[in-house]
Amino acid sequence: MKKISIKINSQAIICDEGKTIMQAARDHGVYLPDLCFHPDLSVKANCRICVVEVKGHNKLATACSTFVQDGLEISTDSERVKRSRNLNLELIFAEHIEKCPTCVWRLNCKLLELADRYKIEITRFKDRKGKRKVYKFANAVEIDGTQCIDCRNCLDACKQMQKINFLKLTGKGADQEIVPVSAGWRRNGKIDCIYCGQCAVHCPVGAAQEQTQWQLVEKVLRDNPPKSPLYKGGKILVAQFAPSIRVSIGEEFGAPYGKIVAGQVAAALKKLGFNYVFDVNFGADITTIVETEELKQRLKAGGALPMFTACCPAWVKYAEFYRPDLIPNLTTARSPQMHAAGLVKTYWAEAMKIDPKNITVVSIMPCTAKKYEAGRAELKVNGLLPVDYVITTRELAFMIKKNKIDFLKLKPEAADNPLGAASGAAAIYGGTGGVMKAALRELGNRRLRTVTVNGIGGIEEVLANLNDYDYVEVMACPDGCIGGGGQPIPTTAAIRKKRLSALHKIDAKSEVRKAHENQAAVKALEWLEGKGKLKEQVLFTKYRRRS
Amino acid sequence: MDIISKIEQAGLVGRGGAGFPVAKKWEAVKNAAGDKKYVVCNAAEGEPGVLKDDYILEHYADRLIDGIKIAIDFLSERRPTSTGRRTSGYLYLRHDYYKKFRKKLAALIKNSAIEIFVEPLSAGYIGGEESAVLNAIEGQRIEPRLKPPLPAVRGLWNRPTLINNAETFYNVSLAAAGGYNNKRFYTISGDCLNEGVYELADDWLIEKILRHTNNYPKFEFFLQAGGGASGEVLNAGQLARPVGGAGSIAVFSLAKHDFKKTVKNWLDFFIKESCGQCAPCREGVLRLREVLIAEKIDWNLFNELLDNLSDASLCALGASVSAPIRSLVNNVFQQVS
Repeated sequence: MKKISIKINSQAIICDEGKTIMQAARDHGVYLPDLCFHPDLSVKANCRICVVEVKGHNKLATACSTFVQDGLEISTDSERVKRSRNLNLELIFAEHIEKCPTCVWRLNCKLLELADRYKIEITRFKDRKGKRKVYKFANAVEIDGTQCIDCRNCLDACKQMQKINFLKLTGKGADQEIVPVSAGWRRNGKIDCIYCGQCAVHCPVGAAQEQTQWQLVEKVLRDNPPKSPLYKGGKILVAQFAPSIRVSIGEEFGAPYGKIVAGQVAAALKKLGFNYVFDVNFGADITTIVETEELKQRLKAGGALPMFTACCPAWVKYAEFYRPDLIPNLTTARSPQMHAAGLVKTYWAEAMKIDPKNITVVSIMPCTAKKYEAGRAELKVNGLLPVDYVITTRELAFMIKKNKIDFLKLKPEAADNPLGAASGAAAIYGGTGGVMKAALRELGNRRLRTVTVNGIGGIEEVLANLNDYDYVEVMACPDGCIGGGGQPIPTTAAIRKKRLSALHKIDAKSEVRKAHENQAAVKALEWLEGKGKLKEQVLFTKYRRRS
Repeated sequence: MDIISKIEQAGLVGRGGAGFPVAKKWEAVKNAAGDKKYVVCNAAEGEPGVLKDDYILEHYADRLIDGIKIAIDFLSERRPTSTGRRTSGYLYLRHDYYKKFRKKLAALIKNSAIEIFVEPLSAGYIGGEESAVLNAIEGQRIEPRLKPPLPAVRGLWNRPTLINNAETFYNVSLAAAGGYNNKRFYTISGDCLNEGVYELADDWLIEKILRHTNNYPKFEFFLQAGGGASGEVLNAGQLARPVGGAGSIAVFSLAKHDFKKTVKNWLDFFIKESCGQCAPCREGVLRLREVLIAEKIDWNLFNELLDNLSDASLCALGASVSAPIRSLVNNVFQQVS
């Protein structure tokens, strides 16, 4: 790469040709604000808050879209820049109805940060979007038009990244609005939301976000202060957290990307008032064992191949809606959160002598689609939904902050047993290729033709060549759950990479590397043996066409 | 003499409003890498008060089509023909012009690589911006693209694309035949007796044009020159200059037009026509109107919003919103501020 020299705020800088002003500035520690810019998406330059002054140019330039050239003299903080940048921020603020009291963004809101940094007048203009609609997609994701700043990131995430095209832009000028496809927005038979939440994790202002359940969880915690497990009649509160949470949630508290904080997550959940904290990694080992068994059966008996993983609920929704012909190919094994929670309300409840009706299970997931999965009626066990509430990584971080828990200073605690033990193979469920790898460890030397899809936008190629494979892992989000729709913001390719390598670190450090060597999991499965219908209910599921 | 030399000798500049040298644009497309290239003739005529494309289609459609063909030939030159045409053209036509001239145009483009693309009715003012034209043809949302890349490098379907105004192609045809004699089309409208399109020397001054066409007002007036939305406003003492832009002159009787109403009309137009991509235009024009119709105009904010439009808009149309308003204040209604 050719080196060129430029000046930013009178400081001489040598940088690579081909970089944008924003990249060059940030590489050299010069702050530049952004809202519509996201490294995962193509540059749109529509918020205009990264404007800079370039000597010799008539207009201001947007740093995100302007490439450096040799000799460029740039000012990021001239009076002219400040006036324009601040005004644009004020204009944008008037598009966003502040719903701070109930917003999970409240404590790390980009808009509020910028307002504070530049001391802008956030009420200079009257809010203009009070009458906009809120669109809810199942119980998973919502787009709140009253908060939208028209940056279009959600649109690009849905279209460019995921290739679902469920969102579209209608209207013109100030009347433009992000809406679901088809008038009246309900299903048009051809396109439907898969609840992946990539719109939410790419929204700079929380207009696209998860449908929160933290209020409900808070209420449960408030109404049921920690009780002894033997307490009669009260609810026992159980939290279980997904594999990928432990390498991402630290970011919300200022930890470096990829910091492993499993112990702090368990400790924080206890501090919030949960009686028991279980690790969904345990459930992942169950899933691996059950799913691998099924794969072996199919290979032996000539069942539907290739077999697809089905622990990603957004992928399951995709298959049910777009490719119902593939339903027989999905593994019938439930997902880890369902395996774990199903065992909580049966195996563990029996051991603890607790009426399962008195157990409330809250999952902490990197995912918005898991909220939808938790409500699927066919997953009931003995008439009860295994998971009562699902909150995202962001929601948990918000609750921790709200309760003024100093997360990074918490003394790490282990998850409770017996549903806390897990193999290294379970940890990597949180990233692309992990489910596959966990299964292959079970299969030993058997040679299989496998492929992994991460990011549903890339699935077409695999679906077009199904005969080439025996086993396919699909994760709807880029790089798997560590890039999930419920993960901390920002989530970018570079950040995902760091989270992913942290998962592999956990795996490498684990004493037990294979699912079936997790004695606690084996024991739980043994308990299910001979339990006929119950075993069926806890371990397996079915799918149905949804188009 | 090759076509580029002829264009250079004639000194042709783009007639869409920006006045970019034609030869430079053509060479840029020629030099851009790509096996497939496109030529687009922009006859959207989105600027209010400009009717020259209509006039050209009515009187010189053959010249216009000839100009497009010359461009296609120019970009196809020295390319193998056995593999089919490597350059094709679109005539991007305003909806009502299509209805009016379809038969004539169909005959003229027969057996050529030119196709007519009818501008969707909803395209509006922004639908005439050159990269919005490309979006329209591609079936994308009709709004300007972020530049760079310029259309010359990555235009229609990411191929190098030459896009010029209808009048420019007309001029190219004349220049190729040695018949270009430094004229351009002026559209005169508003409070005057002889509204219409006139083909006159391109260096005539506004006053001369008005007098020559018997349109010089006998009453107090101001006028907007260049374009009906983006043109600069001038008073009677400022007419010793050429028209510029897209060649329009709109005359306003001072008795009939007060400051607020005039600006409000313009802002209503921009609010309706803003594509909505960038904050300075989408939000700015809306707030400008708020400030304008308030009992007392907050001039600081008003000017700040105008500055922001010219400084930070995404496209040239957004940037040009401030020109008429600012010049109306400076040249006609100094007392209001």
